[in-house]
Amino acid sequence: MTDMNPKRRHESPLFSPFLVVVAGLAWWFFLPDQLGLLTKLAYTALFVISLDLVVGIAGLPSLGHAALFGVGAYAAGIFATFVSPDPLVGLFIGALAGSLTAALSGLFLLRFQGFTFLMLTVATSQVLLSLANKFRDLTGGDDGLASYVMGGVFGVWDFDLYGKVASVYAVASLSIGYFVALKFKSSPFGLSVRGIHENRTRMVAIGTPIFLRLWVTYVFAGLLAGIAGAISAQTNGIVALDSLSFNLSAEALVMLILGGVGRLHGAVLGTLIFGVLHHTAASLNPYHWMFAVGAILMVVVVVPRDTLLATLRSLVIKQPNRHRAQP
Amino acid sequence: MEELALNILIDGTTYGMVLFVIAVGMSVTLGLMRFVNLSHGAFAMIGGYVTAHCIQAWGFGFFSATLLGVLFTIALAGTLEHTVLRHLYRRSELTQVLFTIGLSFFLIATTNAIAGPQIQLIALPDWLNAQVDLGFRVLPAQRLLVIAVGVIVLVAISYAVAKTRFGVWLRAAVDNPDAAASLGIPIRLVQSTTFACGAALAALGGVLGAELMPLEPFYALKYLVLVLVVVAVGGMGDIKGTFMAAWLLGTIDTASQYLASSWGGIFFFVAMILFLARRPDGILKARET
Repeated sequence: MTDMNPKRRHESPLFSPFLVVVAGLAWWFFLPDQLGLLTKLAYTALFVISLDLVVGIAGLPSLGHAALFGVGAYAAGIFATFVSPDPLVGLFIGALAGSLTAALSGLFLLRFQGFTFLMLTVATSQVLLSLANKFRDLTGGDDGLASYVMGGVFGVWDFDLYGKVASVYAVASLSIGYFVALKFKSSPFGLSVRGIHENRTRMVAIGTPIFLRLWVTYVFAGLLAGIAGAISAQTNGIVALDSLSFNLSAEALVMLILGGVGRLHGAVLGTLIFGVLHHTAASLNPYHWMFAVGAILMVVVVVPRDTLLATLRSLVIKQPNRHRAQP
Repeated sequence: MEELALNILIDGTTYGMVLFVIAVGMSVTLGLMRFVNLSHGAFAMIGGYVTAHCIQAWGFGFFSATLLGVLFTIALAGTLEHTVLRHLYRRSELTQVLFTIGLSFFLIATTNAIAGPQIQLIALPDWLNAQVDLGFRVLPAQRLLVIAVGVIVLVAISYAVAKTRFGVWLRAAVDNPDAAASLGIPIRLVQSTTFACGAALAALGGVLGAELMPLEPFYALKYLVLVLVVVAVGGMGDIKGTFMAAWLLGTIDTASQYLASSWGGIFFFVAMILFLARRPDGILKARET
């Protein structure tokens, strides 16, 4: 549906992740005092990519995706506290926790569709939030889990105060995760999942095992979200309850819709736009950032995307609009 | 023990009625008009804020202030519906989510800028604070008022949708807007009125529930999940279902706060999962398979 542009169809899945690396490096050299933001954007983008696999590719509206992120974060934090400070093993543990949670909850959730699915994802994440709050010996409850110190990446590069190592670590993980997600999306498996999204009845008729396909997609999304959560735990040095919160799920969905659903690069763009906007508005006036963000979300909806893009394009490239696509 | 059970029942019922009054408007717009209005919580908040302001700053009585709060919300919601929201009815659900979340953010920031971040109190008149003796039990009059309003709203809306001409128009407009319009039903009037009524009920719920759900700028998002849960469990557009869901979930949440507060909202959400798993189309509708 979305990739009918012939130029884009043959695009290598290496291209966009490569762009991410280039952009990350540029940021690293030119904005060295904003590396904290870069790190946050990188792991959030990975999380939103994971959400796009569920919402955009598989067509399952989720408003509880923070469950998978938060479980990954807590798993990495608890692992660092009690077992080993090695970040890469912690990343693996986070991925494992995220995909296990997705595998178990998916067995139940994927029996439902539409609004019911949406509300059940909310409930699942809220149940996990209550559990994290209840078992405070393990998770620190309201105070968060902060009593761990991370080791160096590969045992060599320690996380420094300025976030130099952290941002490289996060951007590298993002580009690898992004690449794998793009491969997944364009694989025959990914295409059949898109088929389920677009016409479930027909896919049943040609013999696709619907439940299994959706389940594997959900588990894969859980893996990416778990990694994103683990990175947030490792680079921030704290896991708080808000990593499981409804707000995080809702913001991720807003970022995804903002950037465009179902294309993966929309997830990265949406995170970038929302993240930078949030950061700028909040640093201008910490109390009224919602003003700016809210207004822009509404403008994006009211002004048609094609008009917006066409105007921008005609401003950049001096050529007349040939035709405007009908929405 | 009996005392405790009775307390839970009464408080739970009160809470449930507040949830019902707020949620029913959302259930109708979502189920009957297919419009995902995540700014519904913001309407409840605005109704509460305007009422609180009328009482505190201008010295209005409780009832006239509530009336003003509801009317203001109707005016605001009606204007929004007429200028912007009606263009979104036929857009995708995700677009509606994006816009109404943006609207909620905007209204939260505006409320914060005008009234500040502190909690607003709605002062009750003396006779509402008074204790009423029911024979078997002494209750604050405010609880009785909330329960009574909940029941009246249930009866009034069920009657309006099922029996009146407007209800017929509404159901026709929902089933097939084009055919309904060509039969001469004023579609736009039906849509605007329904939307405004939903917002009015939200405002009323915001005022009535101010003691249980304190009015602060993040109210709009904080209680959105609760309202969505009630709508989902009750079944979209099902008024009696929403009533039952609100009552049951309100009682369960109150009971868990009395008996196991350290577990947070877990019982509420587990109950919701069980209800939805058994009855995905609504609590009063058996699953068709």
